Amino acid sequence: MSEDSKFHHGEVKDSVPPIVQMKNIEKHFGNIIALAGVSFDIRPGECHCLLGDNGAGKSTFIKTMSGVHQPTHGEILFEGKPMSFATPRDSMEAGIATVFQDLAMIPLMSVARNFFMGREPTKGRGLTKRFDVEQANEITMTEMRKMGINLRGPDQAVGTLSGGERQTVAIARAVYFGAKVLILDEPTSALGVRQTSNVLATIDKVRSQGVGVVFISHNVRHALAVGDRFTVLNRGKTLGTAKRGEISPEELQDLMAGGQELAQLEGSLEGTV
Amino acid sequence: MSDSAPNFEADERIKAEPLISRLMKRPELGAIAGVLLVTIFFLITADSAMFTASGIINFMTPAAQLGILAIGAALLMIGGEFDLSIGSMVAFSGLFFGVCVMVWGLPLIVAIPLTFVFSACVGAINGFIVIRSGLPSFIVTLAFLFILRGLSLVGLKWASGGSTQLRGVRDATENDWLAPFFSGDAFPGFFAWLAEAGLIETFQNGTPKVPGMPVEILWFIAIALVATYVLLRTPIGNWIFAAGGDANAATNSGVPVRKVKVTLFMVTACCAALVAIITVIDAGSTDARRGFQKEFEAIIAAVIGGCLLTGGYGSAIGAFFGSIIFGMVVIGLTYTGFDQDWFQVFLGGMLLIAVLFNNAIRKRVTGER
Ligand SMILES: Nc1ncnc2c1ncn2[C@@H]1O[C@H](COP(=O)(O)OP(=O)(O)OP(=O)(O)O)[C@@H](O)[C@H]1O
Ligand SMILES: [Mg+2]
Repeated sequence: MSEDSKFHHGEVKDSVPPIVQMKNIEKHFGNIIALAGVSFDIRPGECHCLLGDNGAGKSTFIKTMSGVHQPTHGEILFEGKPMSFATPRDSMEAGIATVFQDLAMIPLMSVARNFFMGREPTKGRGLTKRFDVEQANEITMTEMRKMGINLRGPDQAVGTLSGGERQTVAIARAVYFGAKVLILDEPTSALGVRQTSNVLATIDKVRSQGVGVVFISHNVRHALAVGDRFTVLNRGKTLGTAKRGEISPEELQDLMAGGQELAQLEGSLEGTV
Repeated sequence: MSDSAPNFEADERIKAEPLISRLMKRPELGAIAGVLLVTIFFLITADSAMFTASGIINFMTPAAQLGILAIGAALLMIGGEFDLSIGSMVAFSGLFFGVCVMVWGLPLIVAIPLTFVFSACVGAINGFIVIRSGLPSFIVTLAFLFILRGLSLVGLKWASGGSTQLRGVRDATENDWLAPFFSGDAFPGFFAWLAEAGLIETFQNGTPKVPGMPVEILWFIAIALVATYVLLRTPIGNWIFAAGGDANAATNSGVPVRKVKVTLFMVTACCAALVAIITVIDAGSTDARRGFQKEFEAIIAAVIGGCLLTGGYGSAIGAFFGSIIFGMVVIGLTYTGFDQDWFQVFLGGMLLIAVLFNNAIRKRVTGER
């Protein structure tokens, strides 16, 4: 578990105003309280990791940021102004792109059609304005190659891709469209070694271009490799935010597991966790 | 989908795909094969008169009337919803159109757009209820199947003073300049020329047996082309596939799924209105049985054309050919020695084969094992 990675980490300057600021977000589903007041912000050029156990509320939280859910209470500021995203389309138009945990892909549609779903490139004007299939195909192939995956063809149906290939399409799509904020909900859960390091390198690259990255992972090593700040969620609440260097991997791992239990577990598994 | 792959460097992990297996992935393949099969069947069994110009027009006219509905139904099915009320919608918009012309005395230039707007509104109500309630469209539109049919009956009695038929539409529209676009035959000059040149059959006095192309066939072809273009070559087409493939994933990817679906319900209703307008002017009257059971026939044609019942897959061209199969079977049997009533057996058989076939194709496309 090396804390020194090959990446240049973003300088999290407190003076830089955040792109998105979430204040005291609460989200209730009927009588279930999924989020009980979470505050979070993301600045340009940083990678902010969101960590936590299963069911901690990470996905629910980023879904309020990307317009899928509307918070029950709380406030979202986008570039300093109060903002409420009614639909995912609104947040996309503001420059926020998301890789959802379930990927949001349509198996029956081709890779290229999935890649540009909702944001199709067009050519022509007026009545002849049409979906530029050639351009869509070409960009898809190029972007996928950048991620280290050689697709057989842009017209292959997503349903025939492997799990990791599918995940890579979703990541490539979000990276391509994430102008200001890129949200990745467990993007590396199905990826091979090479593709994972590719994704981490991509996070590093877009961060250096000034994009704010929100990175959810269960893997402390991946998080530490690219993260600048770490926020741990537990049962719908934040356990706090730490800057890189302020926290050791062991502490982080304990926090993610919600406290002491892991220490006991680790004993019985002889340090393999 | 039909996106042609540009030439990327070859991947050693794909076998060269033979043309036949590429074709196998096209949703409309089944319907085209079906047309060929049915044609061969009737070439063998039917009177040769079936494939003369007048014979073809004979089966293409009902095919076109059904096909306009089937293409609307296909778009809606690809978008992941059903509309069981389109048959009743034909009667209901036929009634509205009849009332516009007969009771209110409106010229066609007002009556036709008004009928479309009215029908689109009814379609939108269908759509809103489905979207808002989250109920399956099957059950919501089944309710409308009865509601609209009942309203048509009640409305007809009101408009005609107690009868279930509203007559006199033809007399009222005969001299309207817009009528030729919605009734009668197109290109009579061309057909007369063909007759003169001896290319089509004529009566003894030299007039062609087929005076022209019935306008519904032109509408049918035009709508099939426009629908295919929209599906394959516009962003909205992509949204329709996405909305039907997985509404949640599509919404999360920024597709305005609700708008797409409501619009599709409106388009389907407008297809019903077009059929109503054409057939009402043609018949000169409207009655409560107009469009009876057309919803099933339209959905069958769409399924024969490759639409999956689960949505997200299908084609408008497929529905086009599916409807032609339908017309050929209905009319073709009269040219053969078979009993007319074989029609239903034939239809059920076609539907079953089509569904089995589509299922196999879908597994191929998605690589399901
Ligand atoms: N639509 C919903 N309706 C009801 N409860 C929900 C809904 N979505 C999430 N929840 C609940 O909210 C809690 C948080 O879920 P969430 O998906 O955000 O967890 P997570 O931190 O992403 O977990 P994981 O690491 O397993 O992905 C869970 O207890 C879940 O059951
Ligand atoms: Mg999650």
